[in-house]
Amino acid sequence: MRFYSLLLHLYPSSFRAEYGGEMRAIFEERWSLATGALERLGLLLSAAADALPNALRVHAEFLGQDARYTLRVLARSPGFAAIAIAVTALGIGAATATFSILDHVLLRPLPFRDPERLVKIWNTPLRGPGRIECSPASWRDWRERSKSFERMGAYHPLAANLVGRGDPARVSGWAVEPEFFTTLGVRPALGRLLLASDDAAGAPGAAVLSDSLWRSRFGADPAVVGAKILLDDEPFTVVGVMPREFDFPNRETEIWTATRLRKENFEDRTDAWLQGVARVKRGVTLEQARAEIQAIHAQLSREHPREDGKVGVTVNRLRDEIPRQSRTMVLALFGASLALLLIACANLANLLLARALARRKELAVRTAMGADRRRLVRQLVTESLILSGAGGALGVALAAAAVPLAASLVPLALPASGLPRVDLPILLFALALTGVTGVAFGVVPALRACSDAESRGLREGGRGGASRGTERLRAVLVIAEVTASVSLLIGSGLLLRALWRLQAVDTGFRSEGVLTMRTNLPLPRYAKTQARVQLYRRILSDVRSLQGVTDAAYATGLPMDMRGGIWGVAPAGAPEDYDSRPASMRFVTPGFFDAMGIPLRAGRDFAETDSADRPLVVVVSESLASRLWPGESALGRRIMAARKEREIVGVVTDVRVRGHEQSSEPQVYVGYQQVEDEAIIGYVPKDLVVRTTAARPAALLPGIRAAIAKADPTLPVSGVRLLSEIVDADTTPRQVQLRLLGGFAALAFLLAGLGIHGLLAFVVSQRAREIGVRMALGAQAGSILRMVLRRGGVLAAAGALLGAAIAYAGGRAIESLLAGVSPADGPTFLAAAGLAFVMTLLGSLVPALRAARLDPAQVIRTE
Amino acid sequence: MISLAEIFHCGYIHDGYNPGMTDKQALLSEAAFHILVALAEGDRHGYAILQEVAERTRGRMRLGPGTLYRSIQRMLEQGLIEEPRERPAAELDDERRRYYRITALGRAAARAEAGRLAALVRMARLSGLAPKQT
Repeated sequence: MRFYSLLLHLYPSSFRAEYGGEMRAIFEERWSLATGALERLGLLLSAAADALPNALRVHAEFLGQDARYTLRVLARSPGFAAIAIAVTALGIGAATATFSILDHVLLRPLPFRDPERLVKIWNTPLRGPGRIECSPASWRDWRERSKSFERMGAYHPLAANLVGRGDPARVSGWAVEPEFFTTLGVRPALGRLLLASDDAAGAPGAAVLSDSLWRSRFGADPAVVGAKILLDDEPFTVVGVMPREFDFPNRETEIWTATRLRKENFEDRTDAWLQGVARVKRGVTLEQARAEIQAIHAQLSREHPREDGKVGVTVNRLRDEIPRQSRTMVLALFGASLALLLIACANLANLLLARALARRKELAVRTAMGADRRRLVRQLVTESLILSGAGGALGVALAAAAVPLAASLVPLALPASGLPRVDLPILLFALALTGVTGVAFGVVPALRACSDAESRGLREGGRGGASRGTERLRAVLVIAEVTASVSLLIGSGLLLRALWRLQAVDTGFRSEGVLTMRTNLPLPRYAKTQARVQLYRRILSDVRSLQGVTDAAYATGLPMDMRGGIWGVAPAGAPEDYDSRPASMRFVTPGFFDAMGIPLRAGRDFAETDSADRPLVVVVSESLASRLWPGESALGRRIMAARKEREIVGVVTDVRVRGHEQSSEPQVYVGYQQVEDEAIIGYVPKDLVVRTTAARPAALLPGIRAAIAKADPTLPVSGVRLLSEIVDADTTPRQVQLRLLGGFAALAFLLAGLGIHGLLAFVVSQRAREIGVRMALGAQAGSILRMVLRRGGVLAAAGALLGAAIAYAGGRAIESLLAGVSPADGPTFLAAAGLAFVMTLLGSLVPALRAARLDPAQVIRTE
Repeated sequence: MISLAEIFHCGYIHDGYNPGMTDKQALLSEAAFHILVALAEGDRHGYAILQEVAERTRGRMRLGPGTLYRSIQRMLEQGLIEEPRERPAAELDDERRRYYRITALGRAAARAEAGRLAALVRMARLSGLAPKQT
């Protein structure tokens, strides 16, 4: 019999309540008539065969009836349906969009075979957090002495002029060891990957193209394998093309070549420029691998105390290679979207409650006519599911449109491929969210409406008089909405203040009216310093003669764009010391400080006369001068910089090389002529900086291009940007995040205001008689107005207090994003409180005025 | 008196029946038709309906309780059957059971369905696909 009771549970509960007893009785009769085990077994089987399809069909019939009924009911009140769907769509859309970013950045497995076994090996500073590239010698020693890794592949960035088909172009890519690919476990789409023979010192050049480069420069030609190309004038053969989804180590990679490390690359153990990815052997944990590498590093530190001894080492899971700030930002956004979803759901529940109460008479009539309560609840839940389903579908469409706009929140170097999209897992998330929204926020109003209908519906009929319980429930929902919206307002306010504070940071240079671009210098041709000097002079003199140009100069990298290039400096006589006195080293032409708008504090700028055969000179930033010679003039002092002893001839303001948020090392500038041939070749100036008075700096571009082409027609120009764009890009992720969060907060604000309005309008209409009686007894319109406003005020105050507490806790959690703004920032909290007050007033005013204008005689008569 | 067309057309109990197609398509499901036939001679409870159907069809039609009550639920909604207010005579009454009665509409529907089936059989007979009436 228990078996049959279980089968009965397949049916809807209202059906079971109605007919379950009879059905069980029939089964019992048949059971008692059956003789023998076989016959009884047959009975059980046929009972199951009878129950399954019939239960499904009853469900389907009920669903069909409810859906048709709902659609008819909703068609009668399209305004309600539109608002409910829009509110749900906003909530689900926001949560889906932020979840797709969160999933992409933090959750989704990387697109490689067994991605959990992939790690990166880094050197670390001895003090503080951070990661440093390693030297070829360290990498070789780690590989030779370790046993934890199946494969290890090192790589370093590469940028070259590509001459193949079409115009010369600037491509960025990576020089990689062949094991780089096998470590990741990837296959080419065309041709082959790099082989050990390609990586031998002096081997002929072999290149693997990215899908995008293959399409853009080679017209997706399947016969590209074997094609000859030139990279910085050196011949290479295209050996393969990678699939579209492979974009490791970052999204901008266009080409991979072999490292072809030479013997001399292994000589200087402080010359660290390799990154390394490795695959941990099966059965070896991350901790074991890290411990092994650290033990090897300890040995190496004893063998080479002056080099390896100056750094530490660590092994990180590849999936965890995400900047902490990105992580916090993405999590904060997701949290905010959940708050918005909560508000949307509370609004939906409030709408459904109000509506169910308005329909109490209809429900009461249906109950009186014998409709089962469970059936009614099911009907109402179907209604909320249909609303939330429509809202969810619209929300997913919104999310799909919005996600690409938030792409800058995804760190460039995220090891996951591509950008977030709304795909199947995201759709499932949205579906689950929609289901939960529809059921959770539909069931309570439905239960409440039905119990109201049963207990008092017919007695009080359509004359209002809502149950106190319902009113309390709605008040709680309104408080929740205010709480969430106030905490979102404060959160956005804090981040806005942080952004303002960062944008107000003095960068040390003036970015307005400066055009920048990169002209890369193919190496064998420009390896000699004198060749470069000739080129720079010709280009710069032509550019300076253009109308509207006030200054032009070449430099190694631009602040906030090139952040590395950190070298040790020391007073003459002491050894160069990376740890204690790191500085960012830049080679510049005369006029660089004027072109950048970096103020000269003492001494002089470089001059064309500071040539290779003249005394070696440097210009340093103020912080380096004051650190080495506190309180004294640095002019005329001698320091070791760029491997030579040089005299300080000028002191300039410090520049925010590492951007608005991080502290930057002091700067050391070296004259462009005073570099030995073929030395420090990675640091030769390639960035052209042009200061102009033209209203549209970009209008100068054709003239500048012509000047460059006149000097050397094979030089490609790339990365044309305004300096102000580079500065702006430094805070772009914050701006995007803030825009999203601000949007959420504004929506939340609006929805909470609607919530307050809805509740008070409801209360006023439900209490019209009470208010009428009060007025008849002599209450003034003013006191009625105050009564309604007070009620709104109490709810808002409760919500605002809770919201402030939550916002403070949230602010503590995202403190790393606040750039020094306190999580308890007074102005922000006051502003949020002010806004909450305005919202309450706006939400309450119309119902309050309506209450105050009630005509007591009329109200009491209709009652 | 409500017409059949109206009943099958009205409100959300409309369930795929289209009065314009009655000559081609079954008006009632087979189970519903059997239930109406079983109730034609008097009120019965569910189990009795099952027994009656089994007896009339010599055991060929064995309704399960699920099919029976799903049909009953829908036929009640459609107004083809009803639950009588008065119980049967005391000596026949089984207190635990719920009884069902065919309505006028139910009779009309059963008659229409029987007519449709008879017409089908006539057609088959004219084509020699069914035995001649004896």
